[in-house]
Amino acid sequence: MGWVDKRIKPSEITPEEVFVRRREIVKSAVALGLIPGLASESFAAVLPAEGDRLENVSRWPGSLDEEPNSFEDVSTFNNFYEFGTRKEDPSRYAHRMKTDPWSVKVTGECSKPGTYTLEDILKPHALEERVYRFRCVEAWSMIVPWVGFPLGDLLKRFEPTSNAKYVQFFSLADPQQMPGIRYPVLKWPYREGLRMDEAMHPLTLLTVGMYGRVLPNQNGAPLRLIVPWKYGFKSIKSIVRIHFTETQPETSWNMAAPHEYGFYSNVNPNVDHPRWSQATERRIGGSGLSALLSPRQPTLMFNGYAEEVASLYTGLDLRKYY
Amino acid sequence: MPSRAPHDAPGRRTPGSARVRLDRVKVVKILIWIACLAPLGIVVGKIIGIIDFGPHPVQEVLHSMGKTGLNLLLITLAITPLRKITKQNWLIRLRRLLGLFAFFYVVLHLLAYAALDLRFDFATLGTDIAERPYITIGTLAILLLIPLAVTSTRGWQRRLGRNWTRLHKLVYVSAVLGVIHFWWQVKADIREPLLYALILGALLGFRAADAWRRRRRRTSVAAAAAASR
Repeated sequence: MGWVDKRIKPSEITPEEVFVRRREIVKSAVALGLIPGLASESFAAVLPAEGDRLENVSRWPGSLDEEPNSFEDVSTFNNFYEFGTRKEDPSRYAHRMKTDPWSVKVTGECSKPGTYTLEDILKPHALEERVYRFRCVEAWSMIVPWVGFPLGDLLKRFEPTSNAKYVQFFSLADPQQMPGIRYPVLKWPYREGLRMDEAMHPLTLLTVGMYGRVLPNQNGAPLRLIVPWKYGFKSIKSIVRIHFTETQPETSWNMAAPHEYGFYSNVNPNVDHPRWSQATERRIGGSGLSALLSPRQPTLMFNGYAEEVASLYTGLDLRKYY
Repeated sequence: MPSRAPHDAPGRRTPGSARVRLDRVKVVKILIWIACLAPLGIVVGKIIGIIDFGPHPVQEVLHSMGKTGLNLLLITLAITPLRKITKQNWLIRLRRLLGLFAFFYVVLHLLAYAALDLRFDFATLGTDIAERPYITIGTLAILLLIPLAVTSTRGWQRRLGRNWTRLHKLVYVSAVLGVIHFWWQVKADIREPLLYALILGALLGFRAADAWRRRRRRTSVAAAAAASR
């Protein structure tokens, strides 16, 4: 591939040692009075708390050869309606969510249902860093280095029965920790689902980190899905329940607006959202004038993963099953 | 001596309250200029790098211009109810300035869309306007304001006479389309456009109630006159 983002000049790239030390640099600048200090909650929104560095992460050979977005972009521009519907709400309020201890309930058509702790879930799996494209249904996109392991490897451990045709996921929905839950913007708890073959596909990543560190809460800590060929809302965050089922499960956005958000929601430049075009997308990030003057870019079929996933949908009318 | 001096006679020396009122209009107008230029100033500050952009600068500019335009349109529509309720007639003299600033921002909003988001790709702009209902009505809302901005001068007001008032009723249509334009972009959380719709509803409702009240007063006066004859 070897695609280079020409919009980013080498001079704009923050040197790694400055990036890694940026919180200290900012703190010392505040201490010296060079920049104004802020109350801790709003400060957290500007520079989100980073998780611990993840150990023993191998590099996945299929990663994109593109410059990822900045950690700031990915951790401050979020859709996580449980914390509010504005893009900045999750980074502002998600620190209220308690991710330790965490457990996941496994139910439905499988031989090993039960409640599993996060440690139970993660223990046998080797972590990989995978740089994927991330395409939101709102027609913006990012490049993110996620850390996780194939979802299929986990699902196999629960021994789904032959009746398990679909798998459904549920997010945490605790009004004490999540201020957005008070408003019935979507059906809470947030729920998503995949066909079994989609869930078992090697690209489907059960994600625990990004940029080599534990996921920030606003990005769906401690456990989220990344399904890179589908619109972002399919990649459910902060998973507390996995349910195997024989029939196509309910999904929150489909319940909210069935004519706009289908069960499949594959990235598809040829099938528009009823209200806006999906043919192009705007890459998040950049700075000032250069970002303002950069063009939209064409959206790729299955978000650029057609080679890997198109065979899942042979014979399926993607216009009907959007 | 007339007991009340006309408002628009800045040169004439009139005693007391009228002069004070005159100065007040000027001061308020200066404040309106400052307040109305602030959103543009913030965007300029972001472009030249004094203020930080968020991760989605194009959308930030677009939303800032559009929101400011719609806000100012509603504020312009609030002038008449406010004037009638408070009986502060001088408020009417702020209306044109506010209306023109509203127009200024919605035009910037459309320009930002064409220039920054579409980079003057007129083919896409054409399809968007023709096929995306929220863009269609947004464009229509702006087009409707053009004749109003053009005829906002005192000269045109005089020339058009009673028709001026009739023509400028188009602002109601434009505001309704503007709020729908906002509503149709929201994915699920309708609280903010709903608030705009409620405010606009109240502003238009006041006018409807006022017109109805006046008509009833006229007919009852006529009836009383007929009865006393």
